[in-house]
Amino acid sequence: MSLVERQDTIGQDTAVWDGGMGSVGDYVSLLKPRVMSLVIFTAFVGLMLAPGTVHPVLGAVAILCIAIGAGASGALNMWYDADIDEIMTRTQKRPIPAGKVTREEAFAFGMTLSIGSVVTLGLLVNWFAGAFLAFTIFFYVVVYTMWLKRSTPQNIVIGGAAGAFPPMVGWASVTGSVSLESFVLFLIIFMWTPPHFWALALFKSGDYRAAGVPMLPVVAGETSTRHHILVYSLLLAPIGVAPFLLGFASPVYGAAAAFLGLAFVALAGDVWRKREGDAARQACIRLFKFSIFYLFLLFAILLAESLIVGA
Amino acid sequence: MMAEDDQGIRLTQEQQKKRRSRSIAIALALVALVVLFYAVTIVKLGPGVMDRAL
Repeated sequence: MSLVERQDTIGQDTAVWDGGMGSVGDYVSLLKPRVMSLVIFTAFVGLMLAPGTVHPVLGAVAILCIAIGAGASGALNMWYDADIDEIMTRTQKRPIPAGKVTREEAFAFGMTLSIGSVVTLGLLVNWFAGAFLAFTIFFYVVVYTMWLKRSTPQNIVIGGAAGAFPPMVGWASVTGSVSLESFVLFLIIFMWTPPHFWALALFKSGDYRAAGVPMLPVVAGETSTRHHILVYSLLLAPIGVAPFLLGFASPVYGAAAAFLGLAFVALAGDVWRKREGDAARQACIRLFKFSIFYLFLLFAILLAESLIVGA
Repeated sequence: MMAEDDQGIRLTQEQQKKRRSRSIAIALALVALVVLFYAVTIVKLGPGVMDRAL
């Protein structure tokens, strides 16, 4: 409980409250701004690629709502995971373990923004996109955070869907529906997420072990994780080219996606081969960093092409 | 006045300062929402915003 009864210096009973210590910056951190930036970017690409047009103001509202919805998911994730965030070095400085924001405050903040973003998107843009955003928040908070994360090493495989939905929500903001093209955008992020996070989990496995999170390296071992990374990378590479094969991206995109996919597989192979010492760690870090660059570049090319075609 | 026998929560100076900055941020967010809804109304209804059957 965050209220403590105590007597002050003149013997009068007063209540001391350990909440209310969060600054505006602490609340912004609850939104996981770095994750949010990726969500904004991929949702924007989905919105721009969608057939038809949307008024720029409505487009901006859609992106704002998707971003706030993603941030709200982050706050609710931190509310639920405060106990393990306190143990892992990567997350110890987050506002709740740092004692800046209480769990109750984070929950209230996350819920307010969740409802606000969904209702605003529904009212101002369309209700299909609003419902899709609500489902995305539900999937991340309930399915991933509350259920899968602590119960199965496949947590990020299935939970990764939550991070892959934003381009579909962006698309739905324009069309009011989903389509094969938006599903392909989803699939790229969905297949990208496991090798991206497993590369991180390999060099941070001590953290996850200490916190009791059943990440693949902790449960199945590092060798099995390396096999998984390689298999997912081999699956991701052709899916990355799919927008060209399905005809909604140019040959330039196709060539770039093929080249980047090969590089991804090569780095995953490097992780698979190097299993000991600093070389193994460096290989994981290289794959982790490249994976971010890979996803950014694929979506950036798609965005550039949609802008050129639209011009 | 009630203040003398108030046995409720006493905020520290630090808490009061943080609350003030949060209140300003909330106020700004509300103003931004008002502007947003106004802009979307104009975008959606355009000149029709004044066209109201009696």
